[in-house]
Amino acid sequence: MKKMKLVVVGNGMAGMRTVEELLKIAPDLYEITVFGDEPHPNYNRIMLSPVLAGEQTIDDIILNTREWYAEHNITLHTGKRIAKIDRTRRIAYAEDGTEAEYDRMLLATGSTPFMLPIPGKELDGVIGFRDIKDVDTMIDTAKTHKHAVVIGGGLLGLEAANGLKIQGMEVTVVHIGGWLLERQLDKTAGKMLQKSLEAKGLSFLLEKHTEQILGKNGRVIGVRFKDGSEIAADLVVMAVGIRPNYALAESAGIHCNRGIVVNDTMQTYDPRIYSVGECVAHRGISYGLVAPLFEMAKVCATHLANFGIGLYKGSVTSTKLKVTGIDLFSAGDFSGTDGAEEIVLHDAVGGVYKKLVIKDDKIIGSVLYGDTTDGSWYFQLLRDGKPIHEIRDHLMFGQDSLGNTGHQGQDKASSMTDEMEVCGCNGVCKGSIVKAIKSQGLFTIDEVKKQTKAGSSCGSCTGLVEQILASTLGGGYAPPSTSKAVCGCSDFNHEEVRDEIRKHKYLSIPDAMKGMGWRTPNGCATCRPALNYYLISTWPHEAKDDPQSRFINERVHANIQKDGTYSVVPRMYGGVTTPDQLRKIADVADKYAVPMVKVTGGQRIDLLGVKKEDLLDMWKDLDMPSGYAYGKSIRTVKTCVGSEFCRFGTQNSTQLGIDIEKAFDHMWAPHKVKFAVSGCPRNCAESGIKDVGVIGVDSGWEIYVGGNGGIKTEVAQFLCKVKTAEEVIEYSGAFIQIYREEARYLDRTVHWIERVGLDYVKKRILEDAEGRKAAYERLMFALQGATDPWAERANQRETHKEFDTITV
Amino acid sequence: MSTWTKIAPLTDIPKLGSRVVRTAKGDIGVFRTEDDRVFALNNSCPHKGGPLSQGIVYGDKVACPLHSWKISLIDGKAEEPDVGETACFAVKVEDGMVFLDIPS
Repeated sequence: MKKMKLVVVGNGMAGMRTVEELLKIAPDLYEITVFGDEPHPNYNRIMLSPVLAGEQTIDDIILNTREWYAEHNITLHTGKRIAKIDRTRRIAYAEDGTEAEYDRMLLATGSTPFMLPIPGKELDGVIGFRDIKDVDTMIDTAKTHKHAVVIGGGLLGLEAANGLKIQGMEVTVVHIGGWLLERQLDKTAGKMLQKSLEAKGLSFLLEKHTEQILGKNGRVIGVRFKDGSEIAADLVVMAVGIRPNYALAESAGIHCNRGIVVNDTMQTYDPRIYSVGECVAHRGISYGLVAPLFEMAKVCATHLANFGIGLYKGSVTSTKLKVTGIDLFSAGDFSGTDGAEEIVLHDAVGGVYKKLVIKDDKIIGSVLYGDTTDGSWYFQLLRDGKPIHEIRDHLMFGQDSLGNTGHQGQDKASSMTDEMEVCGCNGVCKGSIVKAIKSQGLFTIDEVKKQTKAGSSCGSCTGLVEQILASTLGGGYAPPSTSKAVCGCSDFNHEEVRDEIRKHKYLSIPDAMKGMGWRTPNGCATCRPALNYYLISTWPHEAKDDPQSRFINERVHANIQKDGTYSVVPRMYGGVTTPDQLRKIADVADKYAVPMVKVTGGQRIDLLGVKKEDLLDMWKDLDMPSGYAYGKSIRTVKTCVGSEFCRFGTQNSTQLGIDIEKAFDHMWAPHKVKFAVSGCPRNCAESGIKDVGVIGVDSGWEIYVGGNGGIKTEVAQFLCKVKTAEEVIEYSGAFIQIYREEARYLDRTVHWIERVGLDYVKKRILEDAEGRKAAYERLMFALQGATDPWAERANQRETHKEFDTITV
Repeated sequence: MSTWTKIAPLTDIPKLGSRVVRTAKGDIGVFRTEDDRVFALNNSCPHKGGPLSQGIVYGDKVACPLHSWKISLIDGKAEEPDVGETACFAVKVEDGMVFLDIPS
């Protein structure tokens, strides 16, 4: 079949991002031609400020090289502006006469700086701040001239002023408003910002209306204001706003209204023509930040690929200023409209100001100055519209989300030097992350993880990496949505996948993939384990468990080690063992020459360094059940000795631990599940950091949930107090079952509770007695007839050939 | 000179799975895709030597069980941005039997 022709007008970030997204999902659908009026291939426009500040070069910020276009068979015309579109014959004409036919067109013509319509605006040395040409002019002028005036105290203006100052010029910022960044900051923060920038040597003229730009021999020499005052100027940069470029579209008869009007699929009034980027007016809004453009690009690409599922519904944007040494973040509506409440923290001497604006139990805006550590967290709460009453009392003190291990206790990226290690797992320091973001044009956490490996192992430094990304990109950064696709094989998110599985009663992975339109023939290593879990947890005893979709540990019921050997951890219910068991373990360790025998943190014994081909024999000799130390499953129930021996014990914690471990044995879950039972509030079993922690008191048992002692220590929260051990099993079983049914794959209980809220959990477990009992019954049903995987495999070697090596 | 060695019936290798063949030159992972294509790779990830045969097989790739590098079954190359390559071996299926070309 002949390929369709796609003509892209505009070789900037929005247009090329759309092309990249399109190539990902439909690489062979179109013959693509791109026109750009600048002489360069696509570059990272938001990095122009660092180029001006001398921190980057033009070559560093090229996003798509000419080789890239060639590799993807894209015809690239640089330095050619499209002058006319003939929609009847479907041909685009460039100013130099180049023609291109199209079946689909993408208009990504961007915007231009708004030049104040005042006398003198056409003089030499009066420019905007938009492209490489402007930056070159600024750098050249700085070499020979002294006085720069920047008109506009917005983000772009301040970044330009900062860059010109670094280039050695005396810079005055002229601003019409009463304080800087009045669209992003309230007055207090705006004044703090001004003070910091003055300390860097910038001068400010506020509430000044520019009347005329003065010139001599065709070149600028000064600026005059309405109050009659004048200042000298060798260079004037106008940064008072941008205007969408829609003249071309309008001349072609496409409906425009202060921008090219598009619907939620990014289609213009001509169904063959799509439009993305700063040139569009979507629901009456034009965006000048990069994050919304990328969201548009993603949606537009799915429609161009004839895979029309995405809808763009507008963006809430956040802002950071890319001026080294200044920490500033703002998002949403921070002005405090009717019915809004404010939480404010202000330390004028320490240079910290934080304001959260709350309405109807939700954050609707935030301004942070001096300490922006929690900016992305607040922004996420804002975007997700999450109720905050549960966390309101400590909201202002931040999420404390940054890992506490692996990076020297650092929680502020800005205070780290380039040499300091951010990711302790993969040994990645701050400097290399910043370099990768700038030179490889990275925009998302996932891209940074993929390219640098930082945050890709245990993930404890993700918060730091996110801060580094946000401060490097400035307004270009958008925190990832909390609802995201399971993986690149589909656009369904976790909740949608679960719903589909329930609704259509899919019982196997191939059926589920087919039904949900998976893009890959058999998924990937990310989605298959998730699908497998969702199937078996939704339809126990009916869905088909697929061993090939399980991680190796769950496939062979042992834990793979760095050298390809395995570790074997038999169950010791409640951490209680016998001389007989110990003798058996010792014999087995001798017989198979086990290199290391170690006591685990979960009160049992680990035999490390076992060869895969020895596993079956060893299990047979051990004759003990699997401890599931390798699975997304129930692990151990840690106990203290309790009232049987301990002089302080109030309850028989050991017995309850054994009972729980037996009741929930063989249980698969979204992630590992750890329990603990302590016999008194001294809490020797460390119940405070377990998924379910039980603490015996004289009058009964307290149940705590959502604790975690791992990557990030999380203290479990109090759920309820019950009288009997039977109740503990019912309540905790119901809790775990609802987690099994509703959490995302790889969510620990803490992550799930963080998302749904403890109130929700309490409602399901405490307020709805019927629902609780039913959930507990569902868990018991799921576990019915479960058998020990070790015994099953050791006794049926013939059906488990994967344990044998073929020798030739 | 090719030295085809009989390994096992195709049905002994699970779809989207693998078996390990121990040779004098080291372990070789023999993989079977969903559409019954068979590939053989040196059972060692170019990253840190992880046993590739133990990974999850999808499409014509395998994800290493240690650190999830994605290795192509076709040419043994790591998926970008990772860089590395592991050796491939010739393998064929005749009358339902898998043969491996083990270099001498």
